[in-house]
Amino acid sequence: MINKESAAGRAVRIGFLTLWLIITVFPLYWITITSLKPAGDIFTFPIAYWPQTFSLENYTGLFSKADFGVYLANSLFIATVAGVVATLVSTLSAYVLARFEFRSKSAVLMAALVTQMIPAFIALGPLYLLMTDLQLVDHRFGLILVYIAVCIPFCTVMLRGFFENIPDALEEAAMIDGCSRLGALFRVLLPVMRPGIVAAFIFNFVNCWNELFLSVTLMNSDENKTVPTALNGFISSFNIDWGSMSAAAVLTIAPTMLLFAFASRHIVQGLTAGAVKG
Amino acid sequence: MDTGAALTTPPEQQRPGRPSRKGGGRPAPAAGAGRRKREFTVRRGLVIAAFMAPAVVFVAVFTYYPMVAGGQMAFRHWNLADLTDRSFVGLDNFTAIFHDPLWGTVLSNTAVWVVASIVPQLVIGFALALWLRRRFRFRGLYQALIFFPWAISGFLIGILFRWMFNSEFGVVNDLLQKAGLIDEPIAWLADPKFAMTAIIIANIWYGVTFFTIMLLAALQSIPDEIYEAAALDGSGKVRTLFQITIPYIRTTLTLTVLLRVIWIFNFPDLIYGVTGGGPNNETHIVTTWMINITQQGDYGKASALGLLMVAGLFVFSLFYLMATREKKEAKS
Repeated sequence: MINKESAAGRAVRIGFLTLWLIITVFPLYWITITSLKPAGDIFTFPIAYWPQTFSLENYTGLFSKADFGVYLANSLFIATVAGVVATLVSTLSAYVLARFEFRSKSAVLMAALVTQMIPAFIALGPLYLLMTDLQLVDHRFGLILVYIAVCIPFCTVMLRGFFENIPDALEEAAMIDGCSRLGALFRVLLPVMRPGIVAAFIFNFVNCWNELFLSVTLMNSDENKTVPTALNGFISSFNIDWGSMSAAAVLTIAPTMLLFAFASRHIVQGLTAGAVKG
Repeated sequence: MDTGAALTTPPEQQRPGRPSRKGGGRPAPAAGAGRRKREFTVRRGLVIAAFMAPAVVFVAVFTYYPMVAGGQMAFRHWNLADLTDRSFVGLDNFTAIFHDPLWGTVLSNTAVWVVASIVPQLVIGFALALWLRRRFRFRGLYQALIFFPWAISGFLIGILFRWMFNSEFGVVNDLLQKAGLIDEPIAWLADPKFAMTAIIIANIWYGVTFFTIMLLAALQSIPDEIYEAAALDGSGKVRTLFQITIPYIRTTLTLTVLLRVIWIFNFPDLIYGVTGGGPNNETHIVTTWMINITQQGDYGKASALGLLMVAGLFVFSLFYLMATREKKEAKS
């Protein structure tokens, strides 16, 4: 059945797949092209689909006229620390959830599920008050703590799936050979899991890098802003400078796309694992 | 935070092929339970507690505590403008929401936003998944390319589309004019109807891939023999699709749609990037409106709206699951 296809069917299939690919890639192409036009060429007719002259002035302007370097450094620092800690914490909880049966297990999984259904920004106000009490408003470590908490539930479930794909026999063999349970975890399981753990870290990093509402709420001063918070400031002004805006967008998107390209296979596996088995 | 996809397996479900471990944290069985075994059980309990503790503490303090605090704030006067008065006001915050002139707009916008986004996402996503079943040379590359919107935040996608829908220098108007579909440029983001259309188009663009990925994975789990048998019985393409393919992946299909409905409902990022709720607050959905109220400092009203949101999602999920389950039972 699957092997038979008429010529017309094939043409339709290839046509639609190509069309969708163009539609998918176009916005990215467009923002990149815009960012490479000299400022004067962005607001001229006719609209150029390929710039007559290429220029990096939009990019250099971001660093000379705005503090974009500071925002990038903040985002990089916050997303890296939060991503690493969340991955470590989730590895521990995922291991326990994959390998042990205990009484509160279904309650723990249910609590994780609830956080996925109710978005983090639902309690922005109370969170702001809590962070005020802890004196962590407008503080990089405050945002890091919140991001870790936001990342943990999904990361735990994703890693749990990867742990479950590894047969018990692997650890049992190690334990028969004289490893303790912890030794088996660190010396045998984690090395096998490395691609999955890297994918989980990338997923966390990208989510923290992209997060807007918590950061807008908790970070006020310019020196502490993350990239999305700064961009939110840019678009709130009346006259958006689309030259700088597009350059900033490209610089924000590029790292996450590189990371995703690197880990997409594992992330897809993590996303689909639960649903397909059900 | 973007998805709960991997959570769709019911927690209590045992994965096949893996022997379950018995007696984890429970007291060891009395018969033949020696000192060693009890010690082993205690140690196992300690490992479980120690490994779970960091995750539980983080999520309890920074996720659950604010949610619970917000729950009681919904019944209080709680405004940053006047912190001296935090009195209990009963349901005043809720009546304030129902009497707000924006409430009707926000509700209908939310419904339009969810339905008009999810139906095309499902149709296009499913079609792509069906077409991607067949192997071709660059299939892996193709999948990676159409997957890339997922690396971008909804907010930035909103910014991308805000620029493309720009009324003067936007590429959308230019392309539509070149194609002869419109004579005059459309003021996409200045007119509420067009602005809603713009954010929905952006959301369709963003969400199709999710359906493609989930449904393709499900389609690949259908054994070829079933199709061979159907072909032998002379089943046509359309019939095979509706009587074999769709019933076979029904669980994935219904759960993916449910997840997506919840997720699109909870997705203010993109609207923030394209319109920010404007023009004149006409493109707010429940979540963007709630964030706006929070930013204005009225935590009581925002919390009340949050409670309504959670209750609404809960009731919807319940009805949805009941409706899809009934169909299943009726079929078998």
